[in-house]
Amino acid sequence: MSRNSIRDTFFEECEELLEALVEGLSSMEQDPDDMNVVNAVFRAVHSIKGGAGAFALDRLVSFAHTFETVMDKVRSQDLKVTEELMHLFHRSGDQLADLVEAARDEREPNAESEAAILKELDSYLGEADKDDSFSFDAVTLDFDAAPAEVDAPEDSSEEDAALRRFRIHFKPSAALYANGHEPLLLFDALAELGELRAVADLSELPEFDAFDPNGAVMSWTLQLETSEPETVLHEIFEFVESLCELDIREEDGAAPPALSDDPPDLPGLAPLAPRETGSPSAAAEAAEARSDARGGEARGPRPTLRVDLERVDRLINTVGELIINQAMISQRIEELELPAVAHLTNELEAYKLLARDIQEGVMAIRAQPVKPLFQRMSRIVREAAEATGKKARLVTVGDSTEVDKTVIERLADPLTHMVRNAVDHGLEKSDARAAAGKEAIGTIRLSASHRSGSVFIEIADDGAGLNRARILEKAIEKGLVLPEAELSESEIDNLLFLPGFSTASEVSNLSGRGVGMDVVKNAVAALGGRVSITSTPGSGTTFTIVLPLTLAVMDGFVISVADQTMVIPIASIIETIRPGQRDLHAVGTKGMVILVRGAYVPVVDVAFNLGLAPGRKEAGEGVLLLVSTESQGLTALRVEAIHDQRQVVIKSLESNYVAIPGVSAATILGDGKIALILDPEEVVKLQPAAPYFPAITPPKLELHHA
Amino acid sequence: MLDANEGPTEAQFEFITFSAGNQSFCLEIMQIREIRRWTPVTKLPHTPDDVLGVMNLRGAVIPIFDLSARFGLGETPDNERNVVIVAAAGGTTIGLLVESVSEILSVAKSSIQETPDMKSDAARQAIVGVISVGESMVRVVNLDAVLDQEGGVAA
Repeated sequence: MSRNSIRDTFFEECEELLEALVEGLSSMEQDPDDMNVVNAVFRAVHSIKGGAGAFALDRLVSFAHTFETVMDKVRSQDLKVTEELMHLFHRSGDQLADLVEAARDEREPNAESEAAILKELDSYLGEADKDDSFSFDAVTLDFDAAPAEVDAPEDSSEEDAALRRFRIHFKPSAALYANGHEPLLLFDALAELGELRAVADLSELPEFDAFDPNGAVMSWTLQLETSEPETVLHEIFEFVESLCELDIREEDGAAPPALSDDPPDLPGLAPLAPRETGSPSAAAEAAEARSDARGGEARGPRPTLRVDLERVDRLINTVGELIINQAMISQRIEELELPAVAHLTNELEAYKLLARDIQEGVMAIRAQPVKPLFQRMSRIVREAAEATGKKARLVTVGDSTEVDKTVIERLADPLTHMVRNAVDHGLEKSDARAAAGKEAIGTIRLSASHRSGSVFIEIADDGAGLNRARILEKAIEKGLVLPEAELSESEIDNLLFLPGFSTASEVSNLSGRGVGMDVVKNAVAALGGRVSITSTPGSGTTFTIVLPLTLAVMDGFVISVADQTMVIPIASIIETIRPGQRDLHAVGTKGMVILVRGAYVPVVDVAFNLGLAPGRKEAGEGVLLLVSTESQGLTALRVEAIHDQRQVVIKSLESNYVAIPGVSAATILGDGKIALILDPEEVVKLQPAAPYFPAITPPKLELHHA
Repeated sequence: MLDANEGPTEAQFEFITFSAGNQSFCLEIMQIREIRRWTPVTKLPHTPDDVLGVMNLRGAVIPIFDLSARFGLGETPDNERNVVIVAAAGGTTIGLLVESVSEILSVAKSSIQETPDMKSDAARQAIVGVISVGESMVRVVNLDAVLDQEGGVAA
């Protein structure tokens, strides 16, 4: 393993630790007294510091150290968690993330904000702490680089501080030895902190015959007189904490029940025997204690495996082949028209199920919870609130919802933008909120859920709702709609998604970056999803992003267009219509509309738009697929027939060729042939301009008229 | 590649020769992945005539070009002997429909001549050199040039 790959691993771990940190901080907010959470946060910061020390990332180390020191005061309950402190912790967490990122990319971090936060953190450290912490600083550094060697200067610098007496009960488990830890080294490390007495407890030592050389029966009671805080003791045991029973208690300095130095009496055989027979219960007790310890202290993450994404993708591709291959075999066997031999059909069915199972399993590898993504947003909310002088908090719901990794990655930017917008434009200022009888702190609610094969992500604020009059005014002012246009409420809301639209009257340094909701919409559309918006005046706005569950498989209708088999995503289809001749009306020479529940909807012939020779079917025949498009609202796509509904594996056209207008990708059907997957939005756009009665007037067209 | 490199151990190049548009062409053997029988392809909308469509090559979607049409020599007529040469260059895999594949040609580097300087046309762009084989002349196809055209032609 090269140094670089170790470094990479460190940063990967940092990311996880930072996630744990953010998560911990948000649970701390809910319950500041939960010491387990405080410990978890502390550990995260500490581990980052430790790793950073090994790579000589001094700035990171010193920041983490200060952060950790303040955290430690909370841990030792010297410091009460206030809202203000919580806020500082959040910001420190953000800063830590920045520093990690800067260290990773080997660039200079933002010194200004770092200094500001350091100063604030320092202000929580009493004078004494501060003095201590400065001399302590370098020492801890060394300590992290080589945990076993604690430098001597420690004691000298701490001479003034009161000596404290700790009693440590240490009972290693067999795993501790198995992992190559040596209690003696730990004791040596402790001994360097101050005066140490150690007494071994051999009471559980079994009879010689019953002795298991691999077992762990000894425990120790240690007494340490030191001026170090308890944290330092925990640090020594850091790497074995989950492998032993550890109890560190500070003793009252007044009455120290000194441990005797006499060699421990080996328990006689008589007391031993009952102890041995009673060992199951003792073992159970120990196990219980251990599980308690695990439940509280070392609540580690479930074991995971780091795998190169490329390998997973290769596997996914191969499984895609398997599915296609399975479909082909089924088709071939059908073609053979074998006599109904039940065995073959059964086996084939089992094969099919297995293949699906494998596929689902493999796809699940790529699926990741949206939690990290949502957690990142808490920072955005914080920063946006700070920049706008508003008070806001983030509530997340369903952050264990799993979404394809690519979706998560590509959703980060649009989501950031929307969350910023929600704080900047959505929420009112505190005084306005108070005037409206709302809680002073605005709430941004991020939720994720799976519903009917799609992923729903909602960004809701409890602000004032959209100011429709102003949106309309702005749109008219910018020439996006005609002044006399009559727009429904939802049409006005949707104006937000038009390119070049921004309601902020003053360009704030937050949302007014020249990108608008249209960018968000395009990013979501590129993922095969859509964004919608609902708003209630006075009680807030909700943006809903609907995304396909995965990018590799899609549910589609197998249709035929101009004698070719194609696939159209089911998600885009609102309904299918088999039109009667009476429902269709010609408009102009080529145009055609259909009456759908009282509204005229333009009919688009897919074959014509794709430039394919029309099939054998006459006009009026075929099937209409009602889709909702952004450019001209409801549209009916005419295809020749719908054959089937099935899950198809998406294959890129672009990887070996260029993108084809109207076609989003391709798939391979059961007969091994390629079918094109249509993009309804693009198919409609291919339409040469013709007079229509669009359900929603396309404002862009009006611009041309104006 | 066309530098004359005389010497006793002169590099030998192997080419697969084929005919398209009644002309004889060849491709360096290393660029060829496989040769397949013609099977109907899925047509692509809004593409030029020389793009026949896409084909399933063990799960990959590869475009098939009519080489004759691409060189402006007219469409390849339907024939039993038509084959698709699957070739790879620069990370992309494409298929070229040709009339028929003839033989493997092994020639010394020195016997590849530079393309005579002619008025430029579609075919000449993609020919890096010519090899004289007996009475006839075989044109060495520059696959990269064929691929380079592809984006421009299709866009």
